[in-house]
Amino acid sequence: MEETRKKIKGLLLGAIMFTIVAMTLYPFMYVFSVSISSANAVLMQKVWLYPKGFSLASYKYLLHSGSLWTAYGNTIFYTLCGTLISVCLTLLTAYPLSKNYFMFKKFFTVYMAVTMFFSGGLIPMFILVNNLGIYNTRWALLLPGAIGAFNVIIAKTFLLGISPALEESAKIDGANDFRVFISIVLPVSLPVIGVLILFYSVGYWNMYFNAIIYISSAKLQPLQVFLMRLLIAGNQELSAGTDISGVERTGIVEQMKYAAVIITTLPIIFAYPYAQKYFVHGLAIGALKE
Amino acid sequence: MKTLTNATVRSGAARDFIKKLNSQKLLILMILPACVYFFVFHYIPIYGIIVAFKDFSISSGILGSRWVGLKWFYEFFNSYVFWRLLRNTLMLNVYNLMFGFPVPIIFALLLNEIKGKRIKRTIQTISYLPHFISVVIVVSIMNLLLSTTGGVVNKAVAAFGIEPINFMYEKSWFRFLYVFSAIWQNFGWNSIIYFAAIANINKELYEAATIDGANRWKQTLYITIPGILPTIGIMLLLRLGSLMSVGFEKIILMYNPSTYEVSDVISTYVYRKGLLASNFSFGAAVGFFNSVINFIILVASNYISNKLSGDTIGLW
Repeated sequence: MEETRKKIKGLLLGAIMFTIVAMTLYPFMYVFSVSISSANAVLMQKVWLYPKGFSLASYKYLLHSGSLWTAYGNTIFYTLCGTLISVCLTLLTAYPLSKNYFMFKKFFTVYMAVTMFFSGGLIPMFILVNNLGIYNTRWALLLPGAIGAFNVIIAKTFLLGISPALEESAKIDGANDFRVFISIVLPVSLPVIGVLILFYSVGYWNMYFNAIIYISSAKLQPLQVFLMRLLIAGNQELSAGTDISGVERTGIVEQMKYAAVIITTLPIIFAYPYAQKYFVHGLAIGALKE
Repeated sequence: MKTLTNATVRSGAARDFIKKLNSQKLLILMILPACVYFFVFHYIPIYGIIVAFKDFSISSGILGSRWVGLKWFYEFFNSYVFWRLLRNTLMLNVYNLMFGFPVPIIFALLLNEIKGKRIKRTIQTISYLPHFISVVIVVSIMNLLLSTTGGVVNKAVAAFGIEPINFMYEKSWFRFLYVFSAIWQNFGWNSIIYFAAIANINKELYEAATIDGANRWKQTLYITIPGILPTIGIMLLLRLGSLMSVGFEKIILMYNPSTYEVSDVISTYVYRKGLLASNFSFGAAVGFFNSVINFIILVASNYISNKLSGDTIGLW
């Protein structure tokens, strides 16, 4: 009797978990299946879970589009440069803050914390970007969000945990603060550097809002904006090649939207299994109260 | 005599200060870029709020623009959209809180019942995945799933003999879609903090309860839930504190004029009227109004939770 009840409970729990996992993964699976099915199956609306037929035509035409490559290149540029700038600045900021003897520690902590509660808002920010003369330049996407206060706190919390003995001995040998930071602190901070790289790079990869308000030229737009134009604003700029007949063409144009989602998401999905342990680790560090 | 000592003390303190400054100059140099960054990109925009009280135009600049006092605020309070924006901002947040807040807790409690370590970790990993997908992708996928021309949801609806529904253009569906997609995207990520809280509960409590004959359900009810209650309190406080700030990044991708009645919130209005239509001063005034309300709510909810919990659950 007790045994059966336990079994039923186990089955119920399993069913709930299966539903949750299925609901999480289904949208990706569906989009992927439509993107590689044959145009005919898509037009007949046969696809709902796994691919029907097989065709990579939508990818072929999508990859022939010059604007996709421009956008992809831009996103890679923003992600690489942005992450580099952000990670360096964050570590440089976090190191002095992790020293209790640093004379401006208190001042700077408050100076930074204020910005977490108060912000000028959209309009003053837009006016600033204009006045700085970086409107419609790549800097407009790299500078305004360069340092995240939350990420500084994560890095600082990690640096606090490094044994001071290491640094002391280097200092006795005559190394200055900067030398100690570069050759002693950074090598043992790889876990938190990993966390920062991942947090910032996902942020830059997914960035779209700053791009639509600060960038007007299509040549500088990142991938997310390209996708937004294609799928949400219903822009028709992408149309399949003229060497295919009418009906099939309608199917392929439709499939190109699905393919665009897949192409944009792919790097995140591939990097995800390797990266996710860092994310959780980072959140655990950040959640620690001082 | 007295003044002389004071002067020596002061100059001594000054000498110490300069000595300290000199010995920490590299640390100061390291933090300098951040100092400049926060000044330029955070403090200058805070100063820039004064355009809300001026008749700003790009050509005359912030200082050169005419002072108009509270003109833009009155204009906003008297406009027909004021109550609509206030209601929508509040309602979207309340729905999000009501339905979105319990899901990560329930998920964490359920997953805690799963025995296999590997299967547990796999489910966890999958549940975080949507958090890293951009809102553009989420809304794009939503558009594809719900489209009237071949979207899978309308196919399912058609199987029941119902006419296709143009979900993204229906007022009655907007709130549900907004909240549901937010839950879909964030329930796993938001549950991490509860997993951590559950893992921190003293294992001996469970052993003692087992000896006393408490089953899993009783253990959950009397040990796990009380154990994570402080965490739930903090998270609830944080959510309440942001009751009037709603992420407009997703809304501007989801809404359209046919759903403005329920989807237009204060921040999207600032974007549309302030930026797209270039009424900078008016937009800044509306944005500032929103920030002030946010701040009042944050302070109030912190005060109330400190009162209720006897100063154990509070941000400051």
